[in-house]
Amino acid sequence: MDSLMPREDRGGPAQPLLLAQGLRKHFPVPGGLLGRSRKVVRAVDDLSLSVAKGETLGVVGESGCGKSTVARLLIRLIKPDKGTMVLDGDPVDEPHGITVNELRRQVQMVFQDSYASLNPRLTIAETLAFAPRAHGLPASEARARVRDLLDKVGLDPASYAERYPHELSGGQRQRVNIARALALRPRLIILDEAVSALDKSVEAQVLNMLVDLKTELGLTYIFISHDLNVVQYLSDRVLVMYLGKIVELGSVEAIYGNPQHPYTRALLSARPSMDPRRRTKEAPIQGDPPNPIDPPSGCRFRTRCPFAEDVCARVEPPLADTGAQAVACHMRVVGSGHSKAAAP
Amino acid sequence: MSDLLQVRDLHVKFVTPDRTVNAVNGVSFDVKRGETLGILGESGSGKSVTLRSILRLHPEHRTRWGGSIKLEGDEILTMGRSALSDLRGQRVAMIFQEPATAFDPVFTIGHQIAETVRRHTGKGEADSWKRARELLEMVRIPSPAQRLKAYPHEMSGGMRQRAMIALALSCNPALLLADEPTTALDATVQIQVLLLIRELQREFNVGVIFVTHDIGVAVEVSDRIGVMYAGKIVELAPVEQMVDAPRHPYSRGLLASTVHDGMRGQRLEAIPGAPPDLAEVPTGCSFAPRCKFVQPSCVARPPDLREVGGSHLVRCVLAGAVEAGVAA
Repeated sequence: MDSLMPREDRGGPAQPLLLAQGLRKHFPVPGGLLGRSRKVVRAVDDLSLSVAKGETLGVVGESGCGKSTVARLLIRLIKPDKGTMVLDGDPVDEPHGITVNELRRQVQMVFQDSYASLNPRLTIAETLAFAPRAHGLPASEARARVRDLLDKVGLDPASYAERYPHELSGGQRQRVNIARALALRPRLIILDEAVSALDKSVEAQVLNMLVDLKTELGLTYIFISHDLNVVQYLSDRVLVMYLGKIVELGSVEAIYGNPQHPYTRALLSARPSMDPRRRTKEAPIQGDPPNPIDPPSGCRFRTRCPFAEDVCARVEPPLADTGAQAVACHMRVVGSGHSKAAAP
Repeated sequence: MSDLLQVRDLHVKFVTPDRTVNAVNGVSFDVKRGETLGILGESGSGKSVTLRSILRLHPEHRTRWGGSIKLEGDEILTMGRSALSDLRGQRVAMIFQEPATAFDPVFTIGHQIAETVRRHTGKGEADSWKRARELLEMVRIPSPAQRLKAYPHEMSGGMRQRAMIALALSCNPALLLADEPTTALDATVQIQVLLLIRELQREFNVGVIFVTHDIGVAVEVSDRIGVMYAGKIVELAPVEQMVDAPRHPYSRGLLASTVHDGMRGQRLEAIPGAPPDLAEVPTGCSFAPRCKFVQPSCVARPPDLREVGGSHLVRCVLAGAVEAGVAA
């Protein structure tokens, strides 16, 4: 069963497992005269990222920042308007590259809603065997694989294989979703708010399991969450998004220890204090994130930024490397014209 | 008698033809004016059911109540219809998790606030709109005069929750109930709303009960925190004591399993298993099946809520001994 063995590493450890260049997705807004609307939601705009083999890349941002759209683009649940993707050296969906189906064998996804992600009419065993069977694994081998998968996620095959999703708790269902994501032996798993709906005591169980599975199976994760503490716990590198753009990208130590972008700083200091003697006295920024339809010109954060100047409205700041991390802010660009930027 | 609200041995049971759910199994606490009590618990712990009982929002024909809830001496569980409708909104107000569904979508924000003011204070049309405008200013909604004419869907989540707070405070209630009011909000907006609630609570000198599953949020707003598990308060303590020295194994587990700064690389201390089925009436400690300190006396009979010093209450036969066990 060659097609269901784990895929071999091709380019060696230095070659990124996944590379995305200039991804863009705009959604037209329904409505307007005769349904011909010219308004678009600029969900993701010219976003480039790379994921190294064996790392966990955390993606954080508030609702509407485009983090889930990025996840869906990376696994091609939606087609990008623009941009290219390369999986371990192979371009995706191009004449000399690999097909979208092959991409999905190697990249799998776990969603937030554990119940909606499972077919309510299939038993857990049927759900887990579905993809391996579709890829030609004989029934007897598929059964063995189901047992192995349930073992891996800490559910006793004898008591869970024949149950239906509604007979499981939220934490157990999310374990099944993770098992299903592992069924085709992928190399990269995208976890889109995968632990956000779980209670804290169950969340800790699932996080421990994700750490163990990563080591055991040599996996790479993209971990998308609005929970900054969980992202810090799990990630090696962190990408911060605001209204469809990357505002900051760097190692977890750099982002949490020395954040450079005013939005990253605001996001981090908006976390509730765990110390009743040092409660938050002032909100770091005012107002709500603007609507991603017609985002602000120039820097998209400028409408809430305490340091915004003229240049921020005129020019869009590039994502510039500052050593430890990359930042999209005029204050960090030499000679940008911002009063806090270094002179050229 | 400085207590605003007294809840004593509250039991709430939901009865349907196929099954009975023992949602709340003997909850007692007090709330003073000007005080915030945080109720912390996971889904199914009975925290929201307890909160909603104070306004008797559960369907009457399917709910069986026991115990007592007294607001300024008046028993709520036996209150008649008209007293109940004067209670709701006027003496006790509530902020919900999802402001988008708590407002009526077909009326403007101003209309809904002004209507509430008229109903409870007997003010005229013009005066009630004036009051609505003042309230929007108070919750710091920019350009309040225009916002009065906005429909709920025309506002962002943060603005809607501010409007909800304005509506709740419109009749100067003595007690404000908050059911996960910031859970649906973004991080940078959540902290703004928490600070607003804290500030208005001081200004209006209301008692607040704040239900949440988020320890950080509870720590930001509460004077005291009650931890609920399987329909009971398992620990109740001033916020500093709860954070520094939780005594119940469940509270300790909950704090230890919450990821925060500086835990990178460490293995999380997860609580094994899952909460019990609430169809059964507990015959012992409900947490016993998941507790690593369990012993025979835990399952013999349900433990009582005992004081372990300094208004710190714990429902555990081992309270005190648990710490020694952990330290050893």
